[in-house]
Amino acid sequence: MKKFKHSEITPEKIYKKRRSFIKSMGWGLGAFTLNSVPLINVKASNLNEPTSYEDITTYNNYYEFGTGKGDPHRRAKNFTTKPWAVKIEGEIEKSLELPIEEILTIKSEERILKLRCVEGWSMVIPWLGFSLSKLLNKVQIKSTAKFVEFETVYNPDEMVGQRYPVLNWPYIEGLRIDEAMHPLTTVVTGLYGKPLPNQNGAPLRIFIPWKYGFKSAKSIVKIRLTKNMPNTAWKNASPREYGFYSNVNPEVDHPRWSQATERVIGESILAPRIKTLMFNGYGDEVAHLYSGMDLKKNY
Amino acid sequence: MKNYFKPAVFLLSLWPIYIIVYQLIYNKLGPEPVDRIINHFGEWTLIFVLLTLSMSPLKKITNSLEWIKFRRMLGLFAFFYASIHMLSYVGLDYRFDFEPLIDDVLKKKFIFIGFSAWLLLIPLAITSSDKMVRILKKNWQKLHRLVYIISIFGVLHFIWLSKTIFFKPLIFLIILIILLLFRINLKKLNLS
Repeated sequence: MKKFKHSEITPEKIYKKRRSFIKSMGWGLGAFTLNSVPLINVKASNLNEPTSYEDITTYNNYYEFGTGKGDPHRRAKNFTTKPWAVKIEGEIEKSLELPIEEILTIKSEERILKLRCVEGWSMVIPWLGFSLSKLLNKVQIKSTAKFVEFETVYNPDEMVGQRYPVLNWPYIEGLRIDEAMHPLTTVVTGLYGKPLPNQNGAPLRIFIPWKYGFKSAKSIVKIRLTKNMPNTAWKNASPREYGFYSNVNPEVDHPRWSQATERVIGESILAPRIKTLMFNGYGDEVAHLYSGMDLKKNY
Repeated sequence: MKNYFKPAVFLLSLWPIYIIVYQLIYNKLGPEPVDRIINHFGEWTLIFVLLTLSMSPLKKITNSLEWIKFRRMLGLFAFFYASIHMLSYVGLDYRFDFEPLIDDVLKKKFIFIGFSAWLLLIPLAITSSDKMVRILKKNWQKLHRLVYIISIFGVLHFIWLSKTIFFKPLIFLIILIILLLFRINLKKLNLS
């Protein structure tokens, strides 16, 4: 098999940005360990130690398996993830159905990224994955494609939550195409060096670290390139509260609760909330995507 | 036998405390311990408010006065758990940092309504003794009708803080509506 260099398949600009991102991750980890003592890290703290495997895999919002945080862990045990295929369709030259085995041949790397939930808590997760752009490069995208839509599997037999009208099933999420092509937008295949657990979105999910967690759709079966902005699940349920962009933004509160601070999962009962950072701390990498946009209006 | 009822209900009503103490000691509060404590006592407050509201319908249904004997105790437990709920929010979550707290109370409707419900519980707790019943006479009953507003505030508080009404907030809402409907029907029956 011919081996490509990164620079051959990635535009140089993005490639360089990716390098600087990895470097900044190192800086983040080094600089913030000094502040990781509880009680004094109220001001800073971004990329701390990874959250424990147990917390990451037992504290989940995955309404397909129930609205309780412990439901996905209990109920997803026997969820069928094989056989699995992901269909890429819409504004592309030729639709493509990829078996999961083929997708997994794309090399995954460890990406330690922070998850900020819209409810006001955060985790640091050592994901395994690769940039979504690598997957999308397998198809020829037409110039009419402006958005990318992700569809979660609809399987009410195994996903008990889908038997109730909690959300409009199947779960739909989406990104603008430039957001989707950003190297930080990750196709997740595992965590902590292991295959992705069912409750975290097996066999394949996306993860967008600068957006609230619900933007990162799980157990994806369809990726559709579209002309129009997708009608995403939470926006559909409550458009006033959940916007299409849903970038982490401490200055734009959820209409019912504050987004200025967050609680770090796994911290002791005496640990304080920490300040939420703009774009969840990934502003250097992604702020340019929104230059000139009013983020209060485009929440 | 009946002499043991009240102490037994008292000890059973401490159940939420036993659970939290056990989970604290054995480190079983989970990944978000502060949230867990606040939610735990919040939910138990609502349960005790609804239990308190169940006593007079139970009296009618079973034709037994026994139930009313527990009403005051259950009501005071509701106030007790509401106070722990509120204090753990103020102390554990906001660490007595009053500036963002006041901001929250005024700007976030679910906190405003929850805090109001707790404030409204205070006069009811203060006037719960036999002596106060005698002093206030008819006004006592009027005053204690506040519990209907408190219960509605409490359930609204739960609905507004939840991302979706499914399923716990919805269950509380349905039970509350049933309990309140009992009141309306009873009044109509009395009129006719």
